[in-house]
Amino acid sequence: MSALLKISNLCKSFGGVTATDNVNLEVEPGELHAIIGPNGAGKTTLISQLSGALPPDSGKITFKGMDITNRPAHARARLGITRSFQITSLVMDMSVLDNVALAVQARQGHSFRFLKPARSIRALRDEALDMLGRVGLEARAEQPTVALSHGEHRQMEIAIALATGADLMLLDEPMAGLGPQESVAMIEFLKGLKGERTILLIEHDMDAVFALADRITVLVYGRIIATGNPDEIRGNDDVRHAYLGEE
Amino acid sequence: MKRTTWATILFMLALAILPPVFMWTGNAFYVDLATRLVILAIAAVSLNLILGFGGMVSFGHAAYIGIGAYAVGIPVYYETYGGADAIASYGGAFHILVAVGVSALFALLTGAICLRTKGVYFIMITMAFGQMIYYLFISIEEYGADDGLVIDTRSELPLVSLDDPLQLYAIAYVALVIAMLMVRTIVNSRFGMVLQGARGNNERLVTLGYNTYLYRLTAYVISGAMCGFAGALLGNFTTFISPDMMGWSRSGELMFMVILGGSATMLGPVLGSAVFILMEEILSSITIYWHLPFGLMLMGVVLFARGGLMGLIKGKGDK
Amino acid sequence: MPPAKSAKITGNIHLDYTLLFIQMLNGVQLGLLLFLVASGLTLVFGILDFVNLAHGSIYMIGAFIGASLTFITGNFLLAVLIALPITGLVGFLIERLVARTLYTRNHLDHVLGTFGLILVLDTSAHLIWGPEGIAVPLPAWLDGRVELFEGVVVPTFRLLIIGTGLAVAAGLYWLVNFTKLGMLIRAGASNRTMVSALGIDISTLFALVFALGAMLAGLAGMLISPITEASISMGGEIIITAFVVIIVGGIGSMKGAFIAAIVIGLIDTLGRSFLDDMFQLFMSPQAAETSAPAVSAMLIYIIMAVILAFRPQGLFPPKVR
Repeated sequence: MSALLKISNLCKSFGGVTATDNVNLEVEPGELHAIIGPNGAGKTTLISQLSGALPPDSGKITFKGMDITNRPAHARARLGITRSFQITSLVMDMSVLDNVALAVQARQGHSFRFLKPARSIRALRDEALDMLGRVGLEARAEQPTVALSHGEHRQMEIAIALATGADLMLLDEPMAGLGPQESVAMIEFLKGLKGERTILLIEHDMDAVFALADRITVLVYGRIIATGNPDEIRGNDDVRHAYLGEE
Repeated sequence: MKRTTWATILFMLALAILPPVFMWTGNAFYVDLATRLVILAIAAVSLNLILGFGGMVSFGHAAYIGIGAYAVGIPVYYETYGGADAIASYGGAFHILVAVGVSALFALLTGAICLRTKGVYFIMITMAFGQMIYYLFISIEEYGADDGLVIDTRSELPLVSLDDPLQLYAIAYVALVIAMLMVRTIVNSRFGMVLQGARGNNERLVTLGYNTYLYRLTAYVISGAMCGFAGALLGNFTTFISPDMMGWSRSGELMFMVILGGSATMLGPVLGSAVFILMEEILSSITIYWHLPFGLMLMGVVLFARGGLMGLIKGKGDK
Repeated sequence: MPPAKSAKITGNIHLDYTLLFIQMLNGVQLGLLLFLVASGLTLVFGILDFVNLAHGSIYMIGAFIGASLTFITGNFLLAVLIALPITGLVGFLIERLVARTLYTRNHLDHVLGTFGLILVLDTSAHLIWGPEGIAVPLPAWLDGRVELFEGVVVPTFRLLIIGTGLAVAAGLYWLVNFTKLGMLIRAGASNRTMVSALGIDISTLFALVFALGAMLAGLAGMLISPITEASISMGGEIIITAFVVIIVGGIGSMKGAFIAAIVIGLIDTLGRSFLDDMFQLFMSPQAAETSAPAVSAMLIYIIMAVILAFRPQGLFPPKVR
């Protein structure tokens, strides 16, 4: 089976600092692939290059067999890549429902429409409410986004990622800043998503990563030192040494 | 209904009823004041589309008023004194077509460059493009340079005569209502949701797959065209046009009307224009140094009145 | 005096080298005055992240203070020396009373607040000095002309402006690159917490930077007033061009402001003098005569548009931001 996402020889440096060092990675359709690594390993930089927010210096990114290395971010999104942000990135001055409805609208692909009031289009609203229902935020749909808690914002990010209908979800630390209970709920939720969507997950919470991931890639100083299933990664000496800090 | 909706209906009704009453009671001066108010309100409503709803702080919007006014003045000038047969005309439809068309084209060309920039660069580059048009007309001797141009004959329209103050007011009023409804329709549409989303968080919208640049540019062109139409009306109202109508301080005044009334609201720009023009009228009748209290008032509004007058009307409990 | 040297470049167009040289000198002079105004703008923006539209009004007020003091003291240079700290004080007061309450707001509020401030300052100048402009007399030794070399005669005072402009530019270069204040400037406004962590009273630093910017603008106003006279409208005329300078140079960059100011001064001056002749190379004299003024009036904006189309951050965007 061919990979959904294929990264070949990707390089990126800032000034003298190499953030992505000849990265090769394949993500199979339907898998939950986690990327772990110490702070400053270049995880977010990698995600940004995949989403199109940052141009790589060299290398190639292939998605669904198409070379997308030089495509702008909005074009990649239309092909089916979506990302959530490590720092919550929502439209704070719009309602929760409007935020999700914008994602549904983006997938339906015809937004140069000037006449019909968007909030009266049932297809948009119902689907947005449906997505909010899946993350348990249905009751807060009409609230202004800014009024919600941090944990709820993380849930919104997931609802938006779902609503885009993307085949590949790049999730940048969805657990960041969540309390213990919220984290457990998020892990359960992501488990439910497995198989339905392909997920590339960056996460610091090791319990979450080992509970969820089909495969794990370890990134240190921009370079991949290991890729494998959770058991292989647990048993890998390089990983223990470089990442888990064991001598 | 919300208090803001009531305020909008009441205020627009007052604008519909008061000027005819002034006319019939022999206070023609107030009809003139109301006409200027309503025309500038159209310009402010058009600016509100990009500034209030789109988050694009354009500091060069008066340029479109100038383009619209000269789109009336130049064809009339040639029709009266000869030359340039291709554009010489008294026809109102032609004037409006040119005013809207050239404004849209100018907005498209400059907007395509301006929208590549962000933040303070955008503010300054829009201002600089406004000045470019200003200096262009200052340097054209043919059209009176900085002395300006007298419009000898108003645009000719079927059924109505713009020489009649009340008919001119009626046209301007109807145009304002249409402009407000247009902006309302646009901002509530799917297009408008994207525009407002990009104002709040552009990166998020791009990540969703929207080419926000195109949405913004479209709004920018609509806004410029609408403001060009206001300029054509203003030329017909004053019958004298000069580069002074499009200087950067005029653009600043337009921005102020929007903020004073309350940006990203329906009535805000109209209310702001009304208060602005009334204050200008009252203060300037008291002292020639009226810019001093006026300037202090502007600063006071920026420092203390967040959300503008519509923020006050809305009150605390009413979301 | 021998006739001016000229060279044929086409059948009927003569390029007058003497005129070209003098106009280039005028262009450099305009550029240096623009730099004095733009450097203050870019300094205040770079450190305080504050857009000050009223910067042109400070330039105007500096010119008027200089003019008044010239009549009181009877000596232009002495008047400038006294007027500089007074203009700095005006800047300081503006910072304390208006600008600092706006720092935490967005750029739109900066623009509108300082737009109101322009009305207040311009009307105050009207109240104090009256509606008419004030011509500023120069001492005899500055009022003359110098023959730089054969056939090239320039006013002494213009040389003084150029000399002063270059000296200030050198001073700012030293300030930005070799002093503690300069280090803070280069660190950028985005690093307020770091600056505070260094134990610097940030509130005083901001006020000093603002006052310095005001003095630079005031100096430009004082230097131009013997040529054009001090007038209320002068502020509004220069501020837009100064904005063009800092946009093209990259907002916050001192080096960018200097290079862009000189380039724009030269292009504007040379465009106004020679565009007519250049257009005649490929169009009829009448067409050139009508189109040249229009194009030269828009020239700097066209150049700005071209530069920004390719480099939206200007020529020298500051690294830290």
